[in-house]
Amino acid sequence: MSSIMSFTGMALKNLFSKPATIQYPEQPKVYPERTRGHVEINIDDCIFCGMCMRNCPPRAIKVDRASGTWEIMRFDCVQCGYCVNGCPKKCLSIVPGYTEPQMKKEADRFVKPPAPKAEKPAEQKQAGGQKNA
Amino acid sequence: MAKRSVVPFGPQHPVLPEPIHLDLVLEDEVVVEAVPSIGYVHRGLETLVKKKDYNEMVYVTERICGICSFMHGMGYCNAVENIMNVEVPDRAKYLRTIWCEMSRLHSHLLWLGLLADAFGFEALFMHSWRLREKILDMFEISTGGRVIFSVNKIGGVLKDMPADMLKNFVQILDGMEKELRETTNIFLNDYTVKSRMVGVGILSPEDALKRGAVGPMMRASGYAIDMRKTGYAAYGDLDFEIITSNDCDCYARCQVRIGEIFQSIDIIRQAAAKIPDGEIAAAVKGNPDGEFFMRVEQPRGEAFYYVRANGTKFLDRMRVRTPTFANLPAMLQTLKGAQYADVPILILTIDPCISCTER
Repeated sequence: MSSIMSFTGMALKNLFSKPATIQYPEQPKVYPERTRGHVEINIDDCIFCGMCMRNCPPRAIKVDRASGTWEIMRFDCVQCGYCVNGCPKKCLSIVPGYTEPQMKKEADRFVKPPAPKAEKPAEQKQAGGQKNA
Repeated sequence: MAKRSVVPFGPQHPVLPEPIHLDLVLEDEVVVEAVPSIGYVHRGLETLVKKKDYNEMVYVTERICGICSFMHGMGYCNAVENIMNVEVPDRAKYLRTIWCEMSRLHSHLLWLGLLADAFGFEALFMHSWRLREKILDMFEISTGGRVIFSVNKIGGVLKDMPADMLKNFVQILDGMEKELRETTNIFLNDYTVKSRMVGVGILSPEDALKRGAVGPMMRASGYAIDMRKTGYAAYGDLDFEIITSNDCDCYARCQVRIGEIFQSIDIIRQAAAKIPDGEIAAAVKGNPDGEFFMRVEQPRGEAFYYVRANGTKFLDRMRVRTPTFANLPAMLQTLKGAQYADVPILILTIDPCISCTER
């Protein structure tokens, strides 16, 4: 009965073919453009309307208009993109690159500096780096 | 009479992907009764309707399950769209169909892998999952997520698939088909695999009907019941036949699921060829008021979504009846009279998704 040896062909083929996996970490994983890794904000365009805060299903975003701060708890965020869709100024975006492990559960804080001061306002970011992969 | 003994099975067991507990009453090596208990992964997602508004609930519903997450989101959206009388654009319907069929593909491949793992064929398990990985990559390219897609919204979808992406996907599927034939050929024709499945876990058509089995479980007992034929999303425009088998055993269920893998590829091809241009989402105004029952065909079978809204942004009630819940009585029936060694395969034969069941 040939059905006993049915796997042999596949087994032999695999013996001489390339591995199906990538050699991580030597060969890094390339994420597609649409990968929902983490939320980024262009704080200069933000008007602190609070739409993202109200929309966020896990309530991970906090917006304070008085102090001009926008905060996100990276560990609460589920990367659904609802905040991005609801942003009237389109200053939020969801980009590749997953949140890196951290020792403490801290919010990422972005502060908008007073308008006329600096030519190019530097964004203040406290918690660890979310870099694009 | 042989001595009876009770063997606990689960919630932690090598063959179980998720926790379910069964008390197996054995007479020697034969199971005479199985008493299930669930409740290990209950998350209370249905109660969240009181805290999350109806738009946010889309993201909650798709987290009911990690395998049919797209269909859960879509089923809920369809229910709310029907309450609000929103006409979903045709392009969105086709996109939903394509994502649904991709979900079916990856779910059935996952199941084939788990089945191979259950009877100890590790290499076959790896091969099934290697093929599944390509579908997950396609999901990541088109939606941005591998498990949770977040592309559904009330009124349509959030992301479009450009023509070149669709063409690329069809090409990937064309290439996969040959490999799939090779892999599924082993499930259907290998002597060892067949010896574990043929004649095991017979569910007669009468029992299937009486116990309200759904999905491949029902179709493998000879009933051509498939909710896709009700024509939700773009299924009404596409041509496909319900795959059934009359053998009623584990092998028949495997055959039906393998048939559906190739059928899904065919449906994606058809949808990619027919997809119209246009908008991908309709504007939605106001709050839903009313109630609706939505039935969708998930990889595991038919799922119900009952949504009752009261005109505010918070729903009154959302209820989900998932296919695994409907298939549990049928599984208990197949366990009666089975050999103890066949129990893992019989549990896997319904493609159990316990997180779905408990929500």
